[in-house]
Parts: sequence; structure tokens; C-alpha cells
Amino acid sequence: MVIELGHYLVLASMLFTIGVIGVFLNRENVIIILMSLELILLSISINLVAFSSFLNDSSGQIFSLFILTVAAGEAAIGLAILVVYFRNVGNIEVDQINKMSG
Amino acid sequence: MALFLLVFLPLFSSIIVGFFGKRVNISLVHIFSCSLIVIPFFIASYFLNRSLGGDFNIVLPLATWLSSGDLLVQWSLKLDMLSSVMLVVVTLVSSLVHIYSIGYMRHDPHQNRFFAYLSFFTFSMLILVTSNNFLQLFFGWEGVGLASYLLIGFWFKKKSANSAAIKAFIVNRVGDFGFLIGIAILFVSTKSLDFDVVFSMTKELSSSSISLFYWNFNTLDVACFFLFMGAMGKSAQLFLHTWLPDAMEGPTPVSALIHAATMVTAGVFLIARCSPLFEESENILSLITIVGASTAFFAATVGLVQNDIKRIVAYSTCSQLGYMFVALGSGAYQIAIFHLFTHAFFKALLFLGSGSVIHAVSDEQDIRKMGDLYRLIPFTWITMLIGTLALTGFPFMSGYFSKDGIIESAFVSHTSGHLYAFYLLIFSALLTSFYSWRLIFLTFHGKSKVSKDVLSKVHESPKVMMIPLMILSFCSIFSGYIFVDYFMSHDFEFLWKSAIYLSSDNHIIEEIHNVPLWVKYSPLVMMILGFVVSFLFYIVFPFAPGKVSKTFNPLYKFLLNKWYFDEAYEFIFVRNIKKFGKFLSLTGDKKVIDGLGPDGISFRVLAIAKQVGRLQTGYVYHYAFAMLFGLTIFLSYFFIKG
Repeated sequence: MVIELGHYLVLASMLFTIGVIGVFLNRENVIIILMSLELILLSISINLVAFSSFLNDSSGQIFSLFILTVAAGEAAIGLAILVVYFRNVGNIEVDQINKMSG
Repeated sequence: MALFLLVFLPLFSSIIVGFFGKRVNISLVHIFSCSLIVIPFFIASYFLNRSLGGDFNIVLPLATWLSSGDLLVQWSLKLDMLSSVMLVVVTLVSSLVHIYSIGYMRHDPHQNRFFAYLSFFTFSMLILVTSNNFLQLFFGWEGVGLASYLLIGFWFKKKSANSAAIKAFIVNRVGDFGFLIGIAILFVSTKSLDFDVVFSMTKELSSSSISLFYWNFNTLDVACFFLFMGAMGKSAQLFLHTWLPDAMEGPTPVSALIHAATMVTAGVFLIARCSPLFEESENILSLITIVGASTAFFAATVGLVQNDIKRIVAYSTCSQLGYMFVALGSGAYQIAIFHLFTHAFFKALLFLGSGSVIHAVSDEQDIRKMGDLYRLIPFTWITMLIGTLALTGFPFMSGYFSKDGIIESAFVSHTSGHLYAFYLLIFSALLTSFYSWRLIFLTFHGKSKVSKDVLSKVHESPKVMMIPLMILSFCSIFSGYIFVDYFMSHDFEFLWKSAIYLSSDNHIIEEIHNVPLWVKYSPLVMMILGFVVSFLFYIVFPFAPGKVSKTFNPLYKFLLNKWYFDEAYEFIFVRNIKKFGKFLSLTGDKKVIDGLGPDGISFRVLAIAKQVGRLQTGYVYHYAFAMLFGLTIFLSYFFIKG
């Protein structure tokens, strides 16, 4: 079986959907949200890389490198916030984080 | 230029003293505001002198006030015989009251405000008497009303003063409303507000008719009726008189200036000024006669039993205004103005004199708590005596000429109702003499009823209060004798030609010199009779008044309560209007307007905000979902749109 562009795209959209659902349905832990976000970003990277090789245009791959960097930065900041938050509040359960409720 | 200064110096003084008076020494304020009233007095006397010399008329246009379609109103100052007499009265009494106030208000912390108001009043009154059109007259009219309101309520911490001020303002509003309607009718029918134009169209007015509420009336009669209504309000004639006695809550100099000498005579001035209109409207003339006579009689009866020294004088003012209106109604406008002229002096004298009495007995105003004061304050006693003699019409004092003139003109007049007026006035002369002498006897003679600690402090007023009293006494004695010919003699009728219009069959000025002897002497007899009865009641048999009041108790109560006018008004108007107002404020304003308007909107906003606020759950995933949902919607929209 030849692996073509469509397969990559299906994989990417599946990963994206899993990521999004992870963000929405997760009620346990903020870390899982962060992981889901990583998943979303990675799915998009797959998309970019796939298209880049399909179109013979390297700029997509450069983009995905950028996205990886940003994702790393985002993870670092998110984890840092999480640590501080945990120190202050004592837990990181998503259901408990509703201080902004109107 | 002099005329301009005459009118506007008091305004200048009022502004300066009102806004900057606090920053300087109070005696500087005194000198400043007094001198800016005294200078106009000298100018006014010069003008009067010119006017008495011959036909002297000035119209000084100042600026255009309004110009809109047919409505063209100019600020302008008019000077003729009528206004120059008024100018002298206003500026002279005002100057003396200013000077008197220096002494009377010495201990008041708000003197500069007081002087600012007084000067403002003078300015408004001067504008009123020099106006050349109805609107400017109305401006002055409202200005003096405002000043009167401010000055009655000058001691604003006293509740009674505040309510008296509001009462004066509201009762005057009724009259002013009529006045305004009168002006509007005149404007609609003549397309002008200038005196000259309106007066020149009298014939057209009297032959046209106007429809009010599907009834047709003669335009001239309606206009005159409403103008007279305004005059009734300002001059405290019967039915609209209730504010005047209450106005005595103000400081005494104010009562002397505004509520005796000048402002209340504005109604008389108005009708004299509009003589070309009134002269052609016989119905209204007889209405004026009847209302005036009834007022004279009513106020005199109430004056009989009052115990407050200022209220007695106030009712006497009301009564004398009634006399003036009878003269106007009889067609003897000059005599009305003459009585206005002399009355201003002796009534201001009486008021300032009673102010001096009140000052002497530590602010006591009840004459039952006075007595035997003539030895302690002889000077005040003499001035009050002079005022009383002039008021009651003692021969050759000022009141003698003018009052007798009015009574005679009521006798010879051709207005219907003139005999009614004549007999009421004769009887009122008796009552006037009685209550005036009662005031003198109870205050200055008989047994002293002053409490001991007050008695030790009784003192004559300072010189600055005495000098105005002296000048007024002089005027009260001689003004009648000196000026009688100018007002009442046929030889000087030419002086009034341009100011006052007399219809061709009105020869009243001649006729009053040919009345029967009994008419001529009846006021004098009445005056002596009143004096004798009063003397018997209060000096010879001091217990008699009590007995009489017991025997005629219902009548006494009726008079003491001022014919129950206040109670009737309270019952008919005040209570119902209050109820109506309460209904409007609670239902109309609070419920409907506030409910639908500000309150309702703000309440709705709160409620909606609360609902919207509930969207903000604070859960991150809700926000994320909203974002995704929104994004999906937008994207699908663009895809579908193509």
C-alpha cells in the first residue's frame, strides 16, 4: 500500500480531533490539556510537512520547525504557570479552576 | 445718558455688592450701595422738575431684544410725567430704606446679600416704570417679584419666612399668568407690544371680538381684564391679597420699600400706563372700582383686630391700594398716582417707624405686649404720629388731599358701581382711622405691658435710622400740599396729556371740585369719628375692646381669621393641588417616567448583565468550546457563501 498525502491528512485530522476532544472533555488535570494542545500543534505540523513534500516546497517544513519551537516555549510557560498555580491553590483539577466565573 | 445711569446704577451696585461685597469692609458696602441709589434719586428729581415744567418726554432706545417675525421688542427707556413721578417715588424711598437698613441690619451677617437684593429690586422697579413696551414691563414685573421673593425669604432659616416667600411667589404667579395672557392677546390683535402702537389701535380692539373656549368676547375687555388680573396679583387686591400680610416675614425695611411703597403699586402704575385701553373699556373699569372698593373695605375690617404691628400696617397698605384702584376705576388716574405718591411716603414712614419700635422692644411685634412707649422713644412716637395723621387724612397732611380726592372722584364718577365704592370708601375711612389710632394707642399709650427685662433695654434707634424717618415725615406732611395742584388741578392737566389718556367725556378732574359739601367733609368726619371711638376704646375704657369682642364673638373671629380666606384657599386649592401633585409625583413621575426611563433602564441593564454574567463560567473548556464553535460557524458561513 502506498502511503499518500490523503493518509497523512487523515492522520493529522484524527490527531487534531483527539486533541480538541481532549481539551473539551477532560475534567481531571490541566496537564492533560497541555498535552492535548501539543497534540493539536503536532497534527498541524504533520499537515504542513505532508503538504511541503507533496508540493516540493520546503517552506512548510520550515514552518513546522517554527511551530515546534513555539510549542516548546508554550509548554515551558504553561508548565511554569501550572507550577505556580499549584503552589498557590494546592491542586490543578480543571473543575476547580473557575475563578473567572461571572 | 442720565436716564441710562438712573436705571442701571442700581444694577451695577447690586452686581458689585452681591459678588464682591464679602471681600471688603462692610461699611464700604454701605457707602457704595447707598450712594449708587442716592445719585439716581437726584437724577430722578431733576427729571421730575423738568416734567413739572412742561411737556417733557424722552424715549431712549438701548438695544433690540427680540426680533422674530412680527415680534419686535426693544430695550428702551421711556420718560414722561407718569414715569418721572414713579422714578422719584422709587428712588427716594429706596435711598431712604437703604440708609435705614444700615442701622436696622447692623447685626446681620449677610448684609451684603441684603443690599444686593435691595439694589436689584430698585433696578427692576426702575426698568418697570421706564419701559416702553409690554414685554420690558413684564421683565421688570418679574424682576421685582423675584426680588420680593428673595427678600421675604431673606432670613431663610426661619420656616415661616420661607413659606411666606413661596406663597408670595405663587399667588403672584396667578396674577402674572393673567398679565401674560393679556399681553399675548394684545400682541395677537395688534402685532406689536409697543405702548404707542397698541394704544393707537384701541378703537380697532374695542370693535373686534375674540373667541375664548367657544365664547366670543370683546377683545379690549378681555385684554383689560387679564391686565387687571396681573395688577390684582401684584397689588394684592381682593382674592389675590393673601400673600401681602404674610410677606411681613421679611425684614422691616423690605416691607417698607417693596410691600408698601413701590412694588405693590406696580399694579396701579400698570393700569395708569394702560389708561388708553382701560378708558375705553367701561365694564372693566367698573370691575376695577368694585374690586378696589371691596379690597379697601375688606382689608380695613381685618386691620381692626390684628395684633401684629406690621400686619396692621400691611392690611392698611392693602386697603389703601384698594383706594387707588377705585380712583383708577373712576377714571381719575392722576389721583390714583397722586395717592400712590403720597401713600409711598407715609406708608414707608409707618413701616420704618414700626421697624424702629420693633427694634426698640427687642424684636417684639405684638402690640398687646407694648404700651406707654412714647416716653421712652419719643422720636419714633412723633414720626409714627405723623404717619398716622397722614394716613387717616388729617387736614393738610399728604393723605388728606389724595384720599379725599379719591373719595370725591368715586362720588362723581360715571362708572357703574361708583356709589357702592363711594360708601365703602367712606366707611373704610372710619375703619382706617380707628385701626391706625388703635395701633398708636396700644403701642405708645395706656398701661405698659412690656416685660421688665425688655423694658430696661428699650432705646431710641441710632441716627442712621432716624434721618430717613425725618425725611419721610417731612414728605408725609408736605408732599400733598406741594404737589396737589400738579395732580388734581385742571390747570395742570396738560402735563399728563402724553402720559395718561382721558376719553373726551371724562371730566372727572374738573368735577371733583364741584361736589356737594357733605361729600367733601364726610372723610374728615369719619376720620374724627374713628379717632374718638379708638380713643374711647383704648384710653378711656381700656376694658371695652375685650367686652365688644366677646359680645360679637363670631364677627371677631371672622375678622381675626381674615375672613377665612386662607382657610378657604387651603380647602379649595392648596389641598387639592397638593393631592394632585402627590399623585403626579408618585404615579406619574416615579412610576411612569422613572419606571420606564432611568430607573427601568438601569434595572434592566442590571438584570441582563446578571444573565450575561452567568455565561462566564470560568471553566477553560467552556471558553475553548465557544471559540471553536464560533470558528466553525464563521468558517462554514464563508464556505457556504462561497
